Amino acid sequence: MKSLAELAAIRDKMKDKVVIREGSQGIRVVVGMATCGIAAGARPVLNTFVEEVAKADLSDKVSVTQTGCIGICQYEPVVEIYEDGKDKVTYVKMTPEKAVEIVEKHLKGGKVIADYIIK
Amino acid sequence: MKELSLNILDIAENSVRAGANLTKIIIDETDDTITVAISDDGCGMTEEILRNVTDPFCTTRTTRKVGLGIPLLKLAAEQTGGRVDIVSRHESQYPDSHGTTTTALFYKNHIDMTPLGDIAATVVTLIQCNPHIDFLFTHNMGDKVVSLDTRELREVLGDVPLNTVDVIMWIKDNLNEQYNGRAE
Repeated sequence: MKSLAELAAIRDKMKDKVVIREGSQGIRVVVGMATCGIAAGARPVLNTFVEEVAKADLSDKVSVTQTGCIGICQYEPVVEIYEDGKDKVTYVKMTPEKAVEIVEKHLKGGKVIADYIIK
Repeated sequence: MKELSLNILDIAENSVRAGANLTKIIIDETDDTITVAISDDGCGMTEEILRNVTDPFCTTRTTRKVGLGIPLLKLAAEQTGGRVDIVSRHESQYPDSHGTTTTALFYKNHIDMTPLGDIAATVVTLIQCNPHIDFLFTHNMGDKVVSLDTRELREVLGDVPLNTVDVIMWIKDNLNEQYNGRAE
């Protein structure tokens, strides 16, 4: 069973890291999580981003969070990627599979996947 | 919505937007029913909004806060013969005891019952996206109770945010282990 002792161990491990995270100018992955996004499948997309970012060891650089309705409900699930000094990238009709690819190619490799952005 | 857990996520987001410090998600199952209660200590709704809150056309036009979330929950409940009740106390009238409780009753053996789905994913998502507020989750299945209280986790974690990846994974594994009843 995942115990509170294990949670305490995570805390001790993270103590030094937290300072670095708060000071860093990272990439923000924002998933539209209003009714439209949720109904279209935003939850597994968001969860996949969290897991893949961790797997790719990008957790210190990339944060995954949510927003409300972006206003293009027919394209949901919609994911916006914000990075300092770069234009916002909007990926549409997202799936967990696309999320895996975006972490690999865009967040890790720095290349926007043109096929998945809004046209 | 393909899963009730998605309706629950959607309704709990209303609590987040209402400025809740603590949102409780309580699921109680009997042989015939599932009762889902989502309650918060947010700003609450005025009587006028509360009157219109289940009307998708009226509410979406008057406020962006509500929209289709509650109508979809109501549909899911009513198509099983159940119902949705909403009690709300707006902060202007109840400065010390404001908040909203949305209770949905489902008859789970009805053919049109939407499956509960991945409720652990809903709890994890809420914590991931809202690390600064607290969630109490309890799922009582009669012979088994699954629960999680972020206030208890926060006590252990101190300054480490709840949405730290390792913590999120711990929460996910903890919930799934509680559901699957895995031994130590």
